Amino acid sequence: MADLTRLTAAELAAAVADGTASSVEVTEAHLARVEEVDEKVHAFLHVDREGALAQAKAVDQRRAAGERLGPLAGVPLALKDIFTTEGVPTTVGSKILEGWIPPYDATVTRRLKEAGVVILGKTNMDEFAMGSSTENSAYGPTGNPWDLTRIPGGSGGGSSASLASFQAPLAIGTDTGGSIRQPAAVTGTVGVKPTYGGVSRYGMVAFSSSLDQGGPCARTVLDAALLHEVIAGHDPLDSTSIDAPVPDVVAAARNGSVEGMRIGVVREFRGEGYQPGVVRRFDESVELLRELGAEVVEVSCPSFDLALAAYYLIAPSECSSNLARFDAMRYGLRIGDDGTRSAEEVTSLTREAGFGPEVKRRVMLGTYALSSGYYDAYYGSAQKVRTLVSRDFERAFADVDVLVSPTTPTTAFPIGERADDPMAMYRADLCTIPVNLAGNAAMSLPCGLADEDGLPVGLQIIAPAMADDRLYRVGSAVEAAFQARWGHPIIEEVPAL
Amino acid sequence: MPGITREEVAHLARLARLELSAEELDHFAGQLDDIIGAVARVSDVAAQDVPPTSHPLPLTNVMRPDEVRQGLTPAQALAGAPAQEQQRFKVPQILGEE
Repeated sequence: MADLTRLTAAELAAAVADGTASSVEVTEAHLARVEEVDEKVHAFLHVDREGALAQAKAVDQRRAAGERLGPLAGVPLALKDIFTTEGVPTTVGSKILEGWIPPYDATVTRRLKEAGVVILGKTNMDEFAMGSSTENSAYGPTGNPWDLTRIPGGSGGGSSASLASFQAPLAIGTDTGGSIRQPAAVTGTVGVKPTYGGVSRYGMVAFSSSLDQGGPCARTVLDAALLHEVIAGHDPLDSTSIDAPVPDVVAAARNGSVEGMRIGVVREFRGEGYQPGVVRRFDESVELLRELGAEVVEVSCPSFDLALAAYYLIAPSECSSNLARFDAMRYGLRIGDDGTRSAEEVTSLTREAGFGPEVKRRVMLGTYALSSGYYDAYYGSAQKVRTLVSRDFERAFADVDVLVSPTTPTTAFPIGERADDPMAMYRADLCTIPVNLAGNAAMSLPCGLADEDGLPVGLQIIAPAMADDRLYRVGSAVEAAFQARWGHPIIEEVPAL
Repeated sequence: MPGITREEVAHLARLARLELSAEELDHFAGQLDDIIGAVARVSDVAAQDVPPTSHPLPLTNVMRPDEVRQGLTPAQALAGAPAQEQQRFKVPQILGEE
């Protein structure tokens, strides 16, 4: 049998279902791969070997008993360390939760387990998902499998790196300003930010609650769709969860086509700061869409110009409030409780020791933006920008079916290059942020390698809210056409580790 | 809009319950000033008559049936506590001696 770690999730599920391979064999192959390469990549913060093998064994037993298995049963997955996992450490990449063992599963975790998906472990991330490079993890950076000296994107860099290094065929990420799509773009993988409210946030550690959205990561569009279907759907435990049927993303992924579609190119997503090799691959993608039968038109979304500024007021404001729960009283780190200090002093000492620089910056920025005297000028204006961005999308989607853009202005940058320049780091999310502000759905998928550095470039597809299936219909058509041109999936060009 | 001073950063840190070091105050003051300078652009729309959006979904008062279901046991709820006593979270003093 071929190397199990090179197969897609759909192929692995089929192998488990027809008995060609057991889930234990599949899981052992991936655990061996983790053992072999993760010392170099550092995609995982915690590998749950015992738990994974127990889950795999249970799937094999169910199959042996003649039970009908779900479409991803027995397939391994890497879970971002922002989702609670009962009995398995959850750190959110922060020292303030080091050693914390959650007493309950997130809804996403529970759904994965119920679907027979095997959770290999928890992946590295920027602390509290704040970052675009995974360098803000308190547990050290993750390397990009295409070039270990470069960032794998962030905040979900552990998830994207685990896919690109064949340690897992599936991963879960969360996207507040691009943390699924940007890591996918810079690692040559596929990542989807579902419509806000499409995937439950219960048990997902909160960063910016009106923007945070969990979603699927994979190496192929179909695998992402299969995973999307498993984790999406209404959850009474999340009051912002959408109580409506999930769009049929799997059927869309199996029936890729852009024939007769109107596709908009966002005029504002190019120009200064965009790497020439990224723009070139994007322009070729647009040409490809035309060849495949789509009508491509240019659309203008003038308010996107203010989206980055609005985001860096709204997200810090919400995080300054959400992170108030880390007060050293009920769980997590506690520093300086020597009997002489007050609770307030212990809280301040603990937060100082437990939070890293980016988290402190954002908590203070949010505290500033929400303080009286500044509230209207900053937070109030940012909320108005949010309305304007949504109106731009509405106007665009009245004319076109989906929008396309580069996912990121540049390919993966070197580790350390932007580490102490917050504004340079924030610009990595230029093209992804408007989607979070409006709450609609978007995908990033590979569209080739940049000429100047040979690193992956991502194509972003944006759909209206609750039209997530369009992402898969378009993505699947683009993926098939590119693979026919390249002769293989681009991920096969990733250097051996 | 005015820039942010080191004293203001110290005040913010106190409000945010962060016991920052003197070095951090120096470092963050410059960075926060840069970031606020960049994001202040949003005030371009301050005078426009546009309703604010706080959330992508227009939902209010979402309810679920008030059904009894299994919650955490006291032992589970206390398992992550930094300190506990008599099945309760034990915290440092919150009131003065007098």
